[in-house]
Amino acid sequence: MQLSGNNVQPEASFTTLVDLRRGDAATLDHIDLPGKDARRLMELGFLPGVRITAGHSAPGGDPRVFQVDGSEIALRRETARRLKVRLDKTHQAPGMP
Amino acid sequence: MSECGDCLGCGAASVVEFPSPLASPKIVALAGPPNSGKTTLFNRLTGLRQKVANFPGVTVEQHTGIAELPDGRAVGIIDLPGIYSLSPQSEDEQVAHDVLTGERADTPRPEAILLVLDSTNLSRHLMLAAPILGLGVPTLIILNMADDLRNRGGHVDVHQLSAQLGAPVALVSARQGEGIDEVFEFLASAMPAPAPMELPVLHDVPKCREWAGRVGSRASYRAPVPPKWTRRLDSVFLHPVAGPLVFAVVVVAVFQTIFTAAVPLMDGLRWLFEVSGKWVAATLPDSIFRSLLVEGVWSGVGSVVVFLPQVLFLFLFIGILEDSGYLARAALIADRTMARVGLQGKSFIPLLSAYACAVPAILSTRTIENKRDRFATILIAPFMTCSARLPVYTLIIAAFLPNRPVLGPFLGARAAALLGLYLLGFLAAVVTARVLKSSILKSGHTPFLLEMPSYRWPTMRSIGLRLFDRAKVFLRRAGTVILLVTVVLWIMAHLPTVNGKAPAIQDSLAGTLGRTLEPVIKPLGFNWKIGIGLVTSLAARETIIGTLGAIYGMDPASHQLGLQKALQHDLTPGGAVALLVFFAFAMQCMSTIAVVRRETGGWKWPILQFTYMGVLAYGGAFLAAHLIR
Repeated sequence: MQLSGNNVQPEASFTTLVDLRRGDAATLDHIDLPGKDARRLMELGFLPGVRITAGHSAPGGDPRVFQVDGSEIALRRETARRLKVRLDKTHQAPGMP
Repeated sequence: MSECGDCLGCGAASVVEFPSPLASPKIVALAGPPNSGKTTLFNRLTGLRQKVANFPGVTVEQHTGIAELPDGRAVGIIDLPGIYSLSPQSEDEQVAHDVLTGERADTPRPEAILLVLDSTNLSRHLMLAAPILGLGVPTLIILNMADDLRNRGGHVDVHQLSAQLGAPVALVSARQGEGIDEVFEFLASAMPAPAPMELPVLHDVPKCREWAGRVGSRASYRAPVPPKWTRRLDSVFLHPVAGPLVFAVVVVAVFQTIFTAAVPLMDGLRWLFEVSGKWVAATLPDSIFRSLLVEGVWSGVGSVVVFLPQVLFLFLFIGILEDSGYLARAALIADRTMARVGLQGKSFIPLLSAYACAVPAILSTRTIENKRDRFATILIAPFMTCSARLPVYTLIIAAFLPNRPVLGPFLGARAAALLGLYLLGFLAAVVTARVLKSSILKSGHTPFLLEMPSYRWPTMRSIGLRLFDRAKVFLRRAGTVILLVTVVLWIMAHLPTVNGKAPAIQDSLAGTLGRTLEPVIKPLGFNWKIGIGLVTSLAARETIIGTLGAIYGMDPASHQLGLQKALQHDLTPGGAVALLVFFAFAMQCMSTIAVVRRETGGWKWPILQFTYMGVLAYGGAFLAAHLIR
């Protein structure tokens, strides 16, 4: 299952959560994971259009804590790689909750 | 598994037993997402009148308790597992769903639901209100952590929220006891069903989140500012250098404190048992009964109960780490290491609690969604040095190792040896996990998700209740399994009678059993007395101390010596190390075997585990006995 908040954007302009460094913020576009796993992530706040900020990490940068929807959730690199995001510019992306 | 067995029965029984003017009290379910402070509220409502068990047939923990209303009526409370939604994905959610919908035959359908949500993260937690209210059962929505919300500048209009949801709402701080009256008021009231409201499509998470956000903003919900102290503490505890250092310091401090702070208390208990034993011996006339009471019951049970302070200190530390929120950070730091052996950070918490006892640890593996990861964690958990091994280790180390400083005043030789044994068990677990995860339990990737709760001061109440519970379990074990084993052993040591008198210990039934075993265990450096101890310790590890205490107490040669001196007399240093290694590896615990059978749904895994650990124990002890002279 792919959940897309914005299908118009070409895939090339996406980056993933792995590429965020501490303090970077991005907007989630879609989760590239099987339905069950994607659903669990969404229940924790990882919904398309939501703003995610990268926080602290375990030594070595994996896993990393992400601030999303009022919570702090730690994800491994292998999972973070599946969360496609758009880096935040000065203007906010439309459709932010 | 007698103490936390298959007993919805005992939960239900205590509901009926409790004095109540009503024929049968109301049953109310406590539901909410993980980290919403559900357990704190449960403790606040029920106090000491609670029981932990398992839902029959499944492996989800079930907490039941009794809340007494101000008017004296009793209400039965079922604390359901933490859930994010009611769409049954995991077994936890399935159980919560089935209890709430009345689909579990063994659990009465609750008349009402107390839905606990974290008020500092209301927009997300409100998502759970949709499926819960959709059940049509009377529901009180409890916005917990009201003190945090206020202190961090958040706000919510309770009346407006109640109007939006069609159900009563209470702003509560379970930690402070604030707003608990409102919960009692609801429980005492007629408990109205929720007004029918327009709810979102439950399977559509984005729609649910949108609905929750809309309801929140109509109730003028203002989210609090991020917790300042959590950010500050995390910049230390999750610092690339300071973080692992703190982690190491915490682990070492826990062990060192158990070994030093618990000692005066243990000495006090030992003294109490000696004095009372002498008093009993002096009061009663000389008879078989007195001998059984003093030599069997008193010295057997006494030598185990002495370790209660150590067990409690360990649970005190685990309680503080868990309640403060540090345990989640520890799981984060440990994840890479766990991943290297094929496990995940979530296995760390069960494995850490296995240092206290494998039984609750194995039960807590439920939080691991991936079945293969869960089985691997269950299979290696008994290698972790549980508190039942601690008395055995302590005794042998104290008997054979003088306490020289190793690292200046920070680490003594005995604490270092103990730490070494903890490490040995840990290494066995790691190697086993690696083997399992690269062979029979190989699995694909599951996303690793770990919520980081805000740091909070642990409350005396919550930790006190847990310690009380642990003390009860430990003492019940000493009072049942260990008492039974010591009495059986005493009888075996006193039969067959010679001219109406007890035989010399080596000619008794116990002595015969020990001597039959001797050829098998001789290569490990153990004699027949240790052999008897190994047999009785199959029931529970710490039993060996009571057994040896009883055997040496009856043997004229060692009668006058203390247990430590008698051991020095009986074991070579190599044999002592072999015994330590044997205990580090062997699966000598009926409760664990029973719980593994239940968790894995059959005898296959526990038999495999018992055999594997037994072979490893024998091999390791054999090596130790031959390498160390």
